[in-house]
Amino acid sequence: MRISADAITVVAGTATLLNDVTVAAERGQLLGIVGPNGAGKSTLLRVLAGLRNSARGDTWYDGRPRSSFAPQQFARALSYLAQRGPVAWPLTVERLVALGRLPYAPTWGVKDTQGDAQISDALRDTDTSHLRERVVDTLSGGELARVMLARALAVGGSALLADEPVAALDPYHQLQVMEILRARADAGHTVVVVLHEITLAARFCDRLILLDAGRVAATGLPTEVLTDQNLHATYRVTALRGEHDGASYLLPWRTD
Amino acid sequence: MHATRRLPFTMAGHLMRSASGPGALIGGLLFVMMMLAIGSLGVGVASLDVAQTVAHWWRAEATIATLVLMELRVPRTLLALLVGGSLGLAGAALQGLLRNPLAEPGIIGVSSCAAFGAVIAFYSGASVLAPLALPLAGIAGALLAVVLLYALAGREASTLTLILAGVAINGFAAAATALALNLSPNPFAVTEIVFWMMGSLADRSTAHLQLAAPLMLIGCALLLTSGRMLDALTLGEDTAASLGVRVGRQRLLLVLGTALAVGSGVAVTGAVGFVGLVAPHLMRPWVGHRPSQLLIVSALAGAVLVLAADIAIRLITIGPELKLGVVTALIGAPFFLVLVMRLRRQTI
Repeated sequence: MRISADAITVVAGTATLLNDVTVAAERGQLLGIVGPNGAGKSTLLRVLAGLRNSARGDTWYDGRPRSSFAPQQFARALSYLAQRGPVAWPLTVERLVALGRLPYAPTWGVKDTQGDAQISDALRDTDTSHLRERVVDTLSGGELARVMLARALAVGGSALLADEPVAALDPYHQLQVMEILRARADAGHTVVVVLHEITLAARFCDRLILLDAGRVAATGLPTEVLTDQNLHATYRVTALRGEHDGASYLLPWRTD
Repeated sequence: MHATRRLPFTMAGHLMRSASGPGALIGGLLFVMMMLAIGSLGVGVASLDVAQTVAHWWRAEATIATLVLMELRVPRTLLALLVGGSLGLAGAALQGLLRNPLAEPGIIGVSSCAAFGAVIAFYSGASVLAPLALPLAGIAGALLAVVLLYALAGREASTLTLILAGVAINGFAAAATALALNLSPNPFAVTEIVFWMMGSLADRSTAHLQLAAPLMLIGCALLLTSGRMLDALTLGEDTAASLGVRVGRQRLLLVLGTALAVGSGVAVTGAVGFVGLVAPHLMRPWVGHRPSQLLIVSALAGAVLVLAADIAIRLITIGPELKLGVVTALIGAPFFLVLVMRLRRQTI
């Protein structure tokens, strides 16, 4: 599903959270939303997920407005992974991941035929199959983050929007999650991810949108967006750059 | 709140994890409920042989025993089941909605407003003029609570705003009730109000049942539609919305359902405390903590608890009859204390 937002402005009280932001997430691409704290990254993701209304500007899904979809239909097409989702009850991992299949459960209980397979695949892809029977409040922060990603993958829609999915993960699992998101995009899905780790953003994303104080500071290929000048202007850091196996990398190195 | 998750019976979790669903549990609860209901028909001031009396009634032989059975025992038993079921169901639904195991049906103010409505009926003397003025005023009070709740908290209210608005409504209803007692010119009316507020199923007629039962059943039906939303809310409101749940609309239905189910119950029986808090707590580990699965079993548990308490009241024949609300609170409060003690042991 192609998601495009056109001149989005979001206000909360007297604060302008997003100001005239235009962005498009294409099929088969991994779009990264980056920017310093408070830049409006999560707000933009929630607008794209249809969870927050904008004061001005429209969001389109394959050229259609959100209101033209039935809620269940929309929920099946687009899955949203919230930042640090609290889990209210001590469910088992399997039951938590199964919540991702809710859009497929008609009110009067018709069997969701692909449900079990989708849940198993999601657990396997996130390396959490062995946690299946565990109760979620016994998991470590990293395990919980991967289980939550599995929940979002279990929806199986054509678009995945994830808010900081690698926060609190160790390097192995950070890379693993980015590889999962990359694979989803390569399989033709639309993937949008909010990232603080600009190293990962530069390495894995097809396109980036750099936000600063609610405005678009830059947008385009990672090399066009994460320039020394942009990093200085928005993040106030200088990055170390290098090349490995023909790919360039950058590493935030010191504050300006 | 977090630590409550390991509460209470870890064994239950292990047992139920392998089971396919709560079918066996529902069956067991229904069986206990039926046994209690039959027992309830036989217990009271006049002792009667249930089987024989039912046989008489079936052959349309009017005896004193059939009169007692059909005019007193049957309505009382049905009312106990309905009130208990509504409290258990509304408690489970509200705990799921607010994602807080300490929530109980009264938290959003419907019980205290229903009680206030009933007090107004007492105070104005309307309850003497028309017997059904009392429950009608109670139901009006409960619906007023919903209107106030939405006026205070708004349609897109967060969990916290709902709780705070409920606290405000509860406080106001309690103050208004106290004011009515304070200004009452008639000491008998005060006694009557105080006794009524303790909650009881004694001497409720078929007319009371006919008035309250349809409203309670509609309320319960509304509450039973909330399962999907409650499951989805486990992961927060944003995720629930992203899973296709219309949270705002479903929440309104849940609050309305609570007002109808609990409000009309309170309007007929007075306040029956702790059942709505304890029933979901008791049952939660047995359904793997899934909010949607908890609804029906919690309703059955509530019905069993209230019926058992009401039978106990009729068996204890010392002095004036104990009030139902007094008994449920006397049993419920220590039980809750035990839960807290378990919690403390497990968090150390």
